[in-house]
Amino acid sequence: MKKTFEIEDLCCANCAAKMENEIAKLEGVKSVNVAFLTQKLVLEADDDKFDEILAQAAKICKKIEPDCEVIIK
Amino acid sequence: MTKKQKKRLRRIILGGSLFLAVTLLKALVPLPSLLVLLLYLIPYFICGNDVLLKAFRGVKNAQMLDENFLMSIATIGALFLGEYPEAVFVMLFYQTGELFQDISVGKSRKSIAALAKIRADEAFIQKDGELVSISPEDVTVGTEIVIRPGDRVPLDAVVTHGTTSLDTSALTGEAMPRDVFEGDEIISGCINLSGTVKAKVTKPCSESTVSRILRLTEESSTNKAKYESIVTRFARYYTPLVVLFALFIGVVFPLLYCLITWNFDSAFFASMFSRALIFLVVSCPCALVISVPLSFFAGIGDSSRKGILIKGAAFIEQLSLCRAFVFDKTGTLTKGVFKVKEIHTQGITADELSELAALSESYSTHPIAKSLREHYVKQPDLSRLGKVTELAGKGVSAVIDGHTVYTGNAKLMEMSGITVPEINCGGTAVHVAKENAYLGYIIISDEVKPDSQEAVNTLKRMTGAKTVMLTGDNSESAKAIAQQLGIDEYRAELYPEDKVRVLEDIIGKTNGKVCFVGDGINDSPAITRADVGVAMGALGSDAAIEASDVVLMHDSVSKLPEAVKISKNTVRTVKQNIVFAIGVKALVLILGALGYANMWLASFADVGVSVIAIINAVRRKK
Repeated sequence: MKKTFEIEDLCCANCAAKMENEIAKLEGVKSVNVAFLTQKLVLEADDDKFDEILAQAAKICKKIEPDCEVIIK
Repeated sequence: MTKKQKKRLRRIILGGSLFLAVTLLKALVPLPSLLVLLLYLIPYFICGNDVLLKAFRGVKNAQMLDENFLMSIATIGALFLGEYPEAVFVMLFYQTGELFQDISVGKSRKSIAALAKIRADEAFIQKDGELVSISPEDVTVGTEIVIRPGDRVPLDAVVTHGTTSLDTSALTGEAMPRDVFEGDEIISGCINLSGTVKAKVTKPCSESTVSRILRLTEESSTNKAKYESIVTRFARYYTPLVVLFALFIGVVFPLLYCLITWNFDSAFFASMFSRALIFLVVSCPCALVISVPLSFFAGIGDSSRKGILIKGAAFIEQLSLCRAFVFDKTGTLTKGVFKVKEIHTQGITADELSELAALSESYSTHPIAKSLREHYVKQPDLSRLGKVTELAGKGVSAVIDGHTVYTGNAKLMEMSGITVPEINCGGTAVHVAKENAYLGYIIISDEVKPDSQEAVNTLKRMTGAKTVMLTGDNSESAKAIAQQLGIDEYRAELYPEDKVRVLEDIIGKTNGKVCFVGDGINDSPAITRADVGVAMGALGSDAAIEASDVVLMHDSVSKLPEAVKISKNTVRTVKQNIVFAIGVKALVLILGALGYANMWLASFADVGVSVIAIINAVRRKK
């Protein structure tokens, strides 16, 4: 499953690169893209564990940049 | 400016004025050192409170290489060393840089978002004689919608009632409005200019042109260019490395030196520590990390304004590296419409020959027959026409006024025992004979689009690349068109499946990337196979939009040189920024290590370079 999420207040390009790098290391992640310019997280991961992986990804973002927020609808 | 940006601006102005005031005061009145520190701390905290706070939170999350943390260490260190103005200035300048970055990123984000505005928020349907607004997502296929002047076409549809003209500029970059009549297709995203029309929806919202285009631009950020990954990889090692160096210069080296020489000189410690702080100030690779994707982003934005959709930075990069451009002929370089070009007669007038041909071909649906009828203009007298026999692949024999008239190619003439003259010209020759008397021939050819020649010339001049034309047509007409357009090579008489094979052959022989341009209807395999697949005028074709890497929204090949130009400019900017940012930082690091740089210079190397790189990235390139 591949889904796109908005990230609010992502304000450092280098942080976005760091997030991408960290999330890619998560188990079950097929591909990930954190786009600073479009403020988007594109996550492709195993279907059955998607929500779990997404939650972990959001946590990583938060850890690297405390102010930012992955909007999970 | 957003609220957040305004707040930051106020802080910069306030902090900046206090900083100047304190500096001025200190110069005029001798003040005790502690008071100077306290006075400087006011603008320091005004400018840097969020940086310090983020640094603190970063430490809690074990993000020691966070730019806020490093910036805080650098400025606090400077305060300890008594470099008060430097500390304040670094924070002040850092904030200014951040604000600038925020504004310019927001601006280019908006230029892409402007494209998102082509989505209409509501569609109107007629219910009990009244117009009702509903969300385009809720409109089912087959529903009749009403589009009033000034409205944006919400969904792809076919006009069922009324005529109007449409502003297609948001989609195609073409300023000329397009007239539409009953039965014409209209695509979502255009603006209705003049009349109210009713139209039947042909596609659900999620598959409408607008939705597809928006999806395409949203996904464009995932196709990263090689440069982007190089830069992020560089950034991953740059910060830790610089921080390690800083530790070495500021702590390890002086300690070792003192232990060896057994000479504890505090001034030496301070000097080395100060050099280490300079390292920390330039340790953030942000200028690079932001300017590279921003340049590509600006390139994509620039091209989308011109009706060129590029599916991501990777394709901008590849387009700039193309060494061969391969064109499909029919529908791409030519209009795909056959026209009578020349008439040569023997013994009768051109008009008579044309009449005979048109009359013979009265019942044929072949495109050539159609062009013959169109050329004659007048309605031929069908009562003169007797029995008509169509001979597939050859032509027709028709009985006119009691005589058998043969209209067709050389094979037909040969079959009827008539000798034909040698013809050496581009196009398809249609011979006409009555009984066994040869009457002449008509040359029919596809018309070249008016801008094809210039597009090919510009491409060749700009890139020095090879141009190749592929076509299913016969060699003669291919040769004529290739010569007319100045195309280097042509391959004729190809079946659709041959095109991919020929393209692969060209890819194998070309030292560089190969671009294929097609009209997107039957060229999808070749478009997919090419390094850069370009679909032209593909607004209506789903397959082409999916398969291609670049979509030229308007049906003219002259957009291609523009796209190539944008790609070349973008890649040049990226290279400039990489060399400039790394160069300046490396220089400051070397000077800093040797003790020739100070905090002011370091601050410039950090923020100034960022600002210059961003300006370079987003400026409109000529």
